[in-house]
Formats: sequence, structure tokens, C-alpha cells
Amino acid sequence: MSGKKLKTENVDRTCEVKKFVCICCPIGCELTATVNGDGGISVTGNTCKRGASYAVTELTSPTRTVTSTVRINGGIIDRVPVKTAQPVPKEKMFDVLFGVGGIKRIEVDAPIKAGDVIIKNVAGTGVDVIATRDVDRTEI
Amino acid sequence: MKELNKDIVIIGAGPAGLAAALSAHDSGARDMIVLERDEYSGGILNQCIHNGFGLHTFKEELTGPEYAARFSAMVEERGIACLFGTTVLSVDGGQKTVTAVNRDGIMKIHARAIILACGCRERPRGAVNIAGTRPAGVYSAGTAQRLINIDGKHIGNDVFILGSGDIGLIMARRMIFEGARVHGVAELMPYSSGLNRNIAQCLDDFDIPLMLSTTVVDIRGRNRVSSVVVANVDGSKKPIMSTAREIPCDTLLLSVGLLPENELASSAGVGLCRATGGGDVDDTFMTDTDGVFMCGNCLHVHDLVDYVSSESAACGRFAAQYVAGNKADGQKTEVCVTGGVRYCVPQRISKSGGALTFRMRVDGVYRKCRLAVYADGKEVFAKTRPICTLGEMETVELNAAQSDAVRGARSVEIKLIKAVEV
Amino acid sequence: MDNNGVKAYDCIIIGGGVIGTFAARELARFNGRFLLLEAAGDVSVGTSKANSGIVHAGYDALPGTLKAKFNVGGSRLMAAKCRELEVPYKANGAFVIAFDGTGKRVLNTLKARGIENGVDTEIISGDAARKLEPRLSERVSGALYAPTSAIVSPYELTIACYENFLENGGCAALNSRVTAIERSDFGYRVTVRTGMTDCVYAARTVINAAGLYADDINNLVSGRKRKIAPRRGQYMLLDKTALPVERTIFQTPTALGKGILVTPTCHGNTLVGPDAEDISDKDDVSTTANGLDDVFDRALLSVPTLARRDIITQFSGVRAVCGDDFEVGEVEDGFFNALGICSPGLASSPAIGEYLACAVAQKIGLEENKRFESHRTAIPCFATANDEERTAQITRDRRYGNIVCRCEQVTEGEIAEAVRRGAVDLDGVKRRVRAGMGRCQAGFCTPNLIKIIARELGISPAEVTKHGAGSEILGGGQ
Repeated sequence: MSGKKLKTENVDRTCEVKKFVCICCPIGCELTATVNGDGGISVTGNTCKRGASYAVTELTSPTRTVTSTVRINGGIIDRVPVKTAQPVPKEKMFDVLFGVGGIKRIEVDAPIKAGDVIIKNVAGTGVDVIATRDVDRTEI
Repeated sequence: MKELNKDIVIIGAGPAGLAAALSAHDSGARDMIVLERDEYSGGILNQCIHNGFGLHTFKEELTGPEYAARFSAMVEERGIACLFGTTVLSVDGGQKTVTAVNRDGIMKIHARAIILACGCRERPRGAVNIAGTRPAGVYSAGTAQRLINIDGKHIGNDVFILGSGDIGLIMARRMIFEGARVHGVAELMPYSSGLNRNIAQCLDDFDIPLMLSTTVVDIRGRNRVSSVVVANVDGSKKPIMSTAREIPCDTLLLSVGLLPENELASSAGVGLCRATGGGDVDDTFMTDTDGVFMCGNCLHVHDLVDYVSSESAACGRFAAQYVAGNKADGQKTEVCVTGGVRYCVPQRISKSGGALTFRMRVDGVYRKCRLAVYADGKEVFAKTRPICTLGEMETVELNAAQSDAVRGARSVEIKLIKAVEV
Repeated sequence: MDNNGVKAYDCIIIGGGVIGTFAARELARFNGRFLLLEAAGDVSVGTSKANSGIVHAGYDALPGTLKAKFNVGGSRLMAAKCRELEVPYKANGAFVIAFDGTGKRVLNTLKARGIENGVDTEIISGDAARKLEPRLSERVSGALYAPTSAIVSPYELTIACYENFLENGGCAALNSRVTAIERSDFGYRVTVRTGMTDCVYAARTVINAAGLYADDINNLVSGRKRKIAPRRGQYMLLDKTALPVERTIFQTPTALGKGILVTPTCHGNTLVGPDAEDISDKDDVSTTANGLDDVFDRALLSVPTLARRDIITQFSGVRAVCGDDFEVGEVEDGFFNALGICSPGLASSPAIGEYLACAVAQKIGLEENKRFESHRTAIPCFATANDEERTAQITRDRRYGNIVCRCEQVTEGEIAEAVRRGAVDLDGVKRRVRAGMGRCQAGFCTPNLIKIIARELGISPAEVTKHGAGSEILGGGQ
């Protein structure tokens, strides 16, 4: 509870009502989130529970799952696709990609299995980057 | 030349082919082979490394390769034969013979049933008639996606995108993630045909402008793209040249539509649907050629792979039943679409069978509308939709009683009853 | 070597278009040392790659002109030359269609010219024309039927001549732009810029077949200055699935312009175009929205069933116009021009090539090359082969079992062979074996083409270009 309260204190008070498109599923509901006087947030426009929690997160500490590819040596393809195992703070996306030890700064060797951790605790987010595909070694 | 006999030949090991193979096997078919031109299964999913797949099928959000791997694993577990690096050259619908080639030579496979699951392709620059020079740096979005995500190539630094379908939107973010600058996404229509969530997370997140009712009227640069000229379009989609403005860039991505790959279907002599450019099938996904089935994006272009999987699973099941001798009866009723429904699959239904599912697209953006199914003029099903868009496939699932009513009718109509057209 | 220690040739041919390569190939029938110079990195990259591909019958040119002489001569030679060179050629015949009385008078004029030029044509009614060509407009009231009109693949013809020239011992220098030509005791000293360095060759004779730049070459040597006016024509290519016409359909020229043709290509596509626009930049092969729209609208007058949705690509070609007639022959001592070779240049090319080769041979007394091999073998084509031939191709080279271009069913084996024979970029591969020429316009095969070309040329994928330096596919120009 305290964590939630702390986050709402970061909300820009000049904009009490915010609208966004929910990115949880292909429906793309148009959400309206209203910050009440007591700091609580009410959400309308959502068609499921995930939409409501998305709106709260989007208003307080927006996150995104980052997907990209990592250079792989000796594999049947030249890049192994990866994703952050959980969403990372939106403002950290570019650190996750281009920061020291980030997705675009490293390379791995084949073979790789889907689910293998490629980067631990990427950009200090506490989130791992994992492979999303098996990449076998190329036959020489 | 090698000659083989198989109960079922499935052409394509992408999402459609894999789901069809799986379900045909689980419905009792054993003597099957899947032919795939790539060296691995999964088809286009391999290059769709973003997440958002599988919410319907697996109740979780997967990336394209993860979604493909789940199906590949299930197909492998069942020991279904897949032949990779093998391209089908032609299909003889009458003889039900598939001619294919790989590095070992030509093979002819005599089948009892053939499932075409060969996907779709992108419309190229030529199809949208963009004038200008013909430099390097003009890619269809899927080609760019393949070069970046599979081959790991750097394709450009300053990017402009024509077409705001989902591939165009996804590629905008992808180019940003590769370190490029994206100067805008132009869309000919007054609305995007992409999913709202992709506009939000692929454009808005990165302040990429979406230019509606805008198109590219000129490509400049002799060797490499140096700029594009964009202009607003009027109500009849003609460019208004007084609004023309030049946007410097070195790369133009085109996401201007997908078309079913119908070359093999044509070679098989099966009838095609004018509205979809893909197959014309009955409720067992059989074309007008006995024993030739179609599913996935070569039947009609889907927006979600989950729908491809469920449709193709049904197709695989029907093909298995077909080779087991359970053929649909001969008499078929055409499904008529009206009032803004652009097409519907299946296009024809049999007099008997199980519960029916119709998949369709509308021809515009409509708010507060009803989708209704009529049998001999009587409404047997209706649902209200807050919004119908071009980008989203609509599905109508009838229960047993509704299906019987529809199957028994002499005329079947699916209609969009519009309240507001946007 | 001539006496100054530079490489010496009996004849230097400037320009790797259809005229230059044909002249070179015909010269190889004589004993001698011949050098073909081409400014670009490949042959057939100028006017020869972007034109209608028509072997005009020869009824159109004014009697007595060089255009009439070479067109009629070339048209008669073309079928045999294409057989020798294994180049796609089809005698499909042509209609010139008229919509009204004015048009019919033009048909009569053309028929009369044909008689003078020695070309058989026949005037038929609109109904008779539609009976042969059912998709012709209802408005067509009469047609001139020219049974000897034909179609050829112009870039394949140029490439075949080039290959046959090399097979017969000819030499070529690509990426070699001529910057100076001087008289010498030997004949001519030709200075060529290759990259950053200059290279000098000596030649007893020179053939100027430099296309759009033939004026510049002429002006390096001759006091009679020439100026070529570039005239651009825009085209659209339609898918093989488009409802085709069998014959080439010309419109009669009207006050509005020369008329748009609708023709099949040798590979089964439909081609419409060209318009005609005088431009200032010889290299400007861009298309314009208005131009393309206009071309298609005018093509619809001939064949109303054409559909815009069948268009797969658009392109422009620039024709070299200089006065009303061709200029072919010796203009200075040992210096021969083939200048202003606009339409019907392609149709004329076999005759111009033969004429120039004989003129050079006569001038310096070359003897017949008894070892001349007139036959050139085309790259084995997978798409048009039957199952037995395909099996043989794959047995010989397993790469013939790997389809790279889906639309045109082009195999890795053919692509590798195209590179071995001289293709250096994607467009060069496309012109040789059609990879990327189909309805997806290289959408699917580009990634694999880059890999194969890089591997076969021993370069990195980042160095693979679309059409020469600066057009690298990857990297974004940096």
C-alpha cells in the first residue's frame, strides 16, 4: 500500500485526467484514468481487469516489455531474438538496449535455448533478458 | 525423380501448416508430410520477434518465435514428417499431385488430400504506383524485418514509413530499437488499419508522427533514397499537391498491404475469392476442387496468429475426416455478405455438419453497429459491436441450433447494420 | 602493344549497350584484337535495359532513311541472331490501331511506307482485329496488321552479345569512362578513367556506341559537333496474371502525341508505355505520378481490360535523339559513329552491328575469324525446364534445387551462374536470370540474393549494391 501511495505522489498534478490506449491485448481499449483528490486512481473504458491495472501503472510508473535481437556467433541464424522477462520501466528502455552491457552491446555464442538468460539484471532494472528462440550451432 | 504417396500433404510449416498438421494427426490422420521452403518451421513468426502473440491460444503473451516453437514442439512430439528446404513448384488439383524440389531433386507426391498453408506476401512499391527514382533503400516492411531480425543487418538510419498497418507500426519501433530515427508514418486512409495498442506502444511512445490521409508521391535519390515527398490526399485519395513536403531520409519502408499467396492455388486450378484474393472454401475449408483445402493467410489475411491457428486446426480436422471417408455432402449454399461486410470465410456452407464459425472483415470503420446472420431472411444471430474496423477481423460463432438453421436455409446472408460510419 | 607501350587494339568499341555489344560480337567474326569499353560496372544498364523490347517490322520509318534501312535489315536478322545467342524472341506480330478517319488515313500512310521499305502489312477492319485480339477496345475501327513485328528481351540480347564477344576472345573494360581521344600514328589513343586512375589504350579504329553520351565521344574527335537530346519514356509492367494481349498494340500518332503501346513481353508480362518527354538530364530515369497516370489512361484506350491492380513496377528509359535519323558510319578516318540511336534502335541493332563490323574490317583489312563460335549458351533456366531437364540440372549442381526467387522460380544455381558470367549487383542478376523480376519485386528474395551475391563475389553483404557504387542495399548510405 505504501508503495502505491509513494508512486501516486509522482503523478503530475496538473493533469488530473489522462487518456491512453491499453496495450495489454489486441482490443486496445481507450482508457480514462482519473486521479481523485485522495490520490486514488479510478479507471473507465477498460473491458477487463488487466486494463485497470495497466492504467494505474501507466499513470504512476509506466513499463514496457522490450524485444530485440542479440548478435550470435556460430548459429544457424545471425541474431537470436530476446525479450525482457518482465516489463521494464519505460524510461529505461534505451538503457536496456544501448547502455553498457545492454542488448545491442553484447554478443553470445551458439547454441542458445529459448529461455536462456542472455543478460542478468539488465541496466539495473532487476529484470533479465532471455532468449525467445533456440539457435543451434551451424554445421561446419 | 522421387515419387511418394501420402494421405495428406501440407504445404507450409508456418503457423497455419503446423496447426493443420497437428490437428489432422489428433483427428486420426497418420500418413502425412509437411513441406517447408525454409530450413526451419514457424514461417513468418520467426521474424516477428515482438510480443503480443498467443493470448487466445495459450492465455499468455508470447513473442512470435516462442509461439512458433510451441507448435513446432507439438508437431515434433507426434513424429509428423516435415521436409525442409523444399519448395512446391505446382499442384495438380485434379490428380492431387504435388511437385516439389529441393537440393536432392524433384519429387512428385500423390496425395488424397492437400492443404495449402503457404501464407501471404507483401504488396511491393509497384503495386502502389509511387513515382520517382528507383534507388536502394526502398524496402517492403517485411523484407526489412527479415533483414534486421534474422540476418542481423543494418538497413538504414533515417527512416520514413508508408502504411500504418501493424507491420508498419511494429517496424517503426523496431527501427528505433536498432538506433535509427523514424521521421513519420504516413497513412493513405483517414484512420490506421493497425491495432490501437500498436499506435500507442510503437509510435506514441517514441513521438513518431502518424500522418493520416497522407501518402508518398515521390521518391528521390539516384543511388540511395535521399528523401521522400509526402502530400495530403483528398476524399478520393488523390494527392493534394499544394500540401507536398519533402522529408529527408535514407530508407523508405512500405507496409501497404498483404495479399494471399495464391500461385499454388491457381496452379491447382482452384477457384479464388475476388474479395480476399485467397481461396474460396466451404465450411470444411475445402476449395471447389475436391480434396484441396486452404487455411491461414493464403485463405485470407488474418490480423492475429491465434485466429490462424484455430482456423487451421479446424481445416486439419476436416482434412483428416475427408481422407477417412467422411466427405461433406455435395450441395452447398453461398454465403451472401451485405452492408459493409467485405467478405466472409467460409464462402459456402454444406447442408449438414457441426457448429459454424464465420470470419469476416468490414470495408470501413463503423461505430455502434450490429453484425447479423440471416437464414432465408430471418435473423438467427446478431451481436452488437461498439466499433468495427478494417484492421480487425470479426468472428461470428454460431451454436448448434443456429448452425442448423443456417445450414437448412436456401439463402444465407451476413449483414452489418450500421449506426455511424466514421 | 603500340609503339608507346600501351595496349593496342584493332578496334575499340565505346559503349556496352545493344549497339556496342552487337558491333563487338559481329567484329569477333574477324581476326583481330577488340576492346569494349563501358562506363558502368555492367553492360546493358542504359537505354538498352529500359525500352519497349519491340522488334519493329519497319513500316514506320521514312523510306530512304538509315532508320528504314537498319530497321528492316535488323528485323530480318533478329530471329536468327536470337537463336544463335539463345535469347528470348517471339514473332508475335503487331497492330497499329485507328479509332477514326484520321487514324485510318495514318494507317494508309504507314502501309504505303511499308511497301516502299519492303515490309508486308495489311489493313483490316476493327472487327477483324478484335477477332484476333479480343481485348481490343470496341472503339477500334481499323488496324494495320504487321505480321513480322516481334518482341525480344532487350537486356538479355545485349548481355548475350557481350558474352559471345568475350567467348570469342574479345576484351572488355568495365567501369571505364572515356575522357579523351587523340589521333596518333597508330590511329587513336583513348584515355579512360577507371576509379581514380587513368588508363590509355591504342586503337586503329574506334566505334562510338556510347548511347546518350555518344555526342560527347563524337565531340572529342570530330569537328562536326553533335548534341543528343535525351527523351524520357515511362513504362509500367503488369503481372503475368494480367489478361494479356498476344500482339503488340500500337496507337496511331495523334496531335496529342505518339501513342502508347501495349505489348506482351517475352516472359509473359504485359508492358505499357512509353510517353515521350524531352528532359535535360540524360541520367534522369525517374518516373512521375502524372506521367504514369497518363500512360495508363492512354493504354486503356487500346485495351480497356487492363487493370491498375496488376501493375508490379514502373520504370523510365531515356532515348538518345539527335536529329530525325540515325547517324551510322565513318565520320573521321577510322572513327565510326552509331549516334542518335533512338527507336527503332533495338530492332536495328543486328543490322547496325553487322554494318559497323564489316566497315571496320574493310577499313583495316581484317580477315575472317575461322574459329568464330556463333552459338552462345544461355544460363539453364529452371522455371521453363521440364522435370527431366530439372533433374539433370540438380544432378549437375545441387544449387539448382534451391528456389530463391519464388515468383519467377529462380534457383541458387542460376544466380551463382549469373554472377560468374558478370553480374555484380542485384539489378545485374535480375536482368540475367529474373530473380526479383516477379510480382513481389524481390520482397522475399532480397535477403538471400544479398548473401549469394556476396559469397560468389567474395565481398561482404554490406558491399552488395542494387546498381553500382552508392546503391548499397544495407547500411543506409553510411
